[in-house]
Amino acid sequence: MNTLPALRIAGVGAWLQGAPDWPSLRSVLLGERGLADTAPVKPAANILPAAERRRAPDGVRLAAEVAAQAVAMSGLDAATLPCIFASTHGELAITDYVCETLAHAPLELSPTKFHNSVLNAPAGYWTIATGCTRASSAITAHHRSFAAGLLEAAVFACAEATPVLLACCDVASTGPLAEMTRTTLAFGMALVLAPDAAAGARLTLALDAAPAAAPGPAGLALARAAGDNPANAQALLLLAALAATRSTRQALALSSGSSLEMEITP
Amino acid sequence: MPARIEPLAITAASATSALGRGLAAHLDALRNGRSGLAPNDFSSAPLDCRIGRVAGVEDAPLPAPFARWECRNNRLAWLGLEQDGVRAAAARAVERYGATRVALVLGTSTASIGATEAAYRRLDHGHFPDDLRRPEIHTPHSLVAFVAAATGIGGPALTISTACSSSAKAFASAERLIRLGLVDAALVGGVDTLCDSVLFGFHSLALVSRTGCRPFDLGRDGISIGEAAAFALLERVDAAPTAPRLAGYGESSDAWHMSTPQPDGRGALAALDAALARAGIHSDAVDYINLHGTATVKNDEVEAKLLPRFPARARASATKGFTGHTLGAAGALEAVLALLAIEHGFVPPSLGCARPMPEAAAWLALQPEVRRIEVALSNSFGFGGNNTCLVFTRGEPA
Repeated sequence: MNTLPALRIAGVGAWLQGAPDWPSLRSVLLGERGLADTAPVKPAANILPAAERRRAPDGVRLAAEVAAQAVAMSGLDAATLPCIFASTHGELAITDYVCETLAHAPLELSPTKFHNSVLNAPAGYWTIATGCTRASSAITAHHRSFAAGLLEAAVFACAEATPVLLACCDVASTGPLAEMTRTTLAFGMALVLAPDAAAGARLTLALDAAPAAAPGPAGLALARAAGDNPANAQALLLLAALAATRSTRQALALSSGSSLEMEITP
Repeated sequence: MPARIEPLAITAASATSALGRGLAAHLDALRNGRSGLAPNDFSSAPLDCRIGRVAGVEDAPLPAPFARWECRNNRLAWLGLEQDGVRAAAARAVERYGATRVALVLGTSTASIGATEAAYRRLDHGHFPDDLRRPEIHTPHSLVAFVAAATGIGGPALTISTACSSSAKAFASAERLIRLGLVDAALVGGVDTLCDSVLFGFHSLALVSRTGCRPFDLGRDGISIGEAAAFALLERVDAAPTAPRLAGYGESSDAWHMSTPQPDGRGALAALDAALARAGIHSDAVDYINLHGTATVKNDEVEAKLLPRFPARARASATKGFTGHTLGAAGALEAVLALLAIEHGFVPPSLGCARPMPEAAAWLALQPEVRRIEVALSNSFGFGGNNTCLVFTRGEPA
């Protein structure tokens, strides 16, 4: 058995500077409009209480924003949704700060920045803000983080017969680390995957025992739009398929030996 | 409550920590009450505290074909894979089921951030030094990518990083992949290494004990940080009916605070109840609980509130006085210690605890105890209110 039972995509969220929600990013992907040039630099993340929002690092704000959009579209209660937060690098600006501080004045490390540096900071802030007591997770798989997160969320939804929230976000890299973790802009997206929903695009996933082929010209253009972050490019591939009007099949690189085949029927 | 699951066989397991390399070293230390904690000699300006450091990592470079993965965390992973036949068992699974029918799910909180810290200490005109210009080690996925290369596992490969529950959650993710039939086996585990981020980070939160952690002691004053590699190979029970089993697991979120646990223990209890429900086991049948027991004032106070759930004959202990808190590796390390307790019929003591908290005293083992253990639990609670509880049971009689 390599194929998972079909799921519905019950909610979608997205944020990219100039396309701060799924309807506007969908229009951009369909070529109906370009990115807005008078757009806010940071996601609103209004779901976080004001005090938390001030404390929250950029990656947390981004994850909270896209997750809230997806949950709102699904009509489900965030408190009831197991959630999985995927990211290639986590809070890159904080990693830069922590390493810089440790190199010169380790005793001056900020405790708040330290606890914000964990990869599960978005999961922590999100579950606190929404009162979610279900399982929450933070995962990564370097350049395949979106595919790995999508599989993890879909497997959870099928195994436990529950809708699941998936968010995949990366912020721009900064400092000397940027040469090793090239990501030129913040991009985040979220999905609510539901096993028994009547509405929403149909998603079928299968494991394929072959590494995915290198991306073609369209894939490379998406990678550039995604800030040269390959996991973001994987996520945009799914969003482009969702924006399309006909059924599409794509293979996403999942690991050194496997790929994740996804079929999306809008 | 979740439905009962089919248990999984644990066909190989091992641990490498401050107690030594492999199961025999851990068994010997636990039985003899010998701690691995020692004065902190890590980093250029060591803080005054005790740490659980693995001896000899500095002298154990990776084999040449893996040079691009070179860093302390991957060295420790390699040392761990070489003990108790773990790497050979993974190779047998790959041979038997096919590379892409075996998953790799590991937890880590530090990954190889120590290498990134080193690069910042040695910046050359603002650039990483040549020997550290390797993107594959400046990512939290470096551990899993390396272990996949080292074992030939070609199925789903996932890093879980939920702070101190990371490698406990690896067991849960792997079980779901096997239950849905996507893979036939999974190598799970966790590896975390000492680095400045965690030593100075937990120090900044005023959570590090100067004199060594004392779990569930009235005078406890914080954690001791350690490092470890621990692995387990999961397969369906028919592959090894007599092997010990992963019987259940539960995961929950506190929805409370980033760095302190929910005060009445509701979050932890939800994970415990879900774990017992998946295992189909009543709390009365639990023989041993390996507690999270970090020895911070708050963690142990909240965790003690779970103990009345268990019968008076159940025994509990926290083993971080032996190994230190190995953070992202703690879930897998303590799972392996719980498996040792089942296999060898003994309860490890809560080393460091001399004056037990009265509310926990009835259950706490302060000395090693000999007793048959059929059902053992392991608790793991992470930053951000991330809780996991694992249930292990004995296999069929040989």
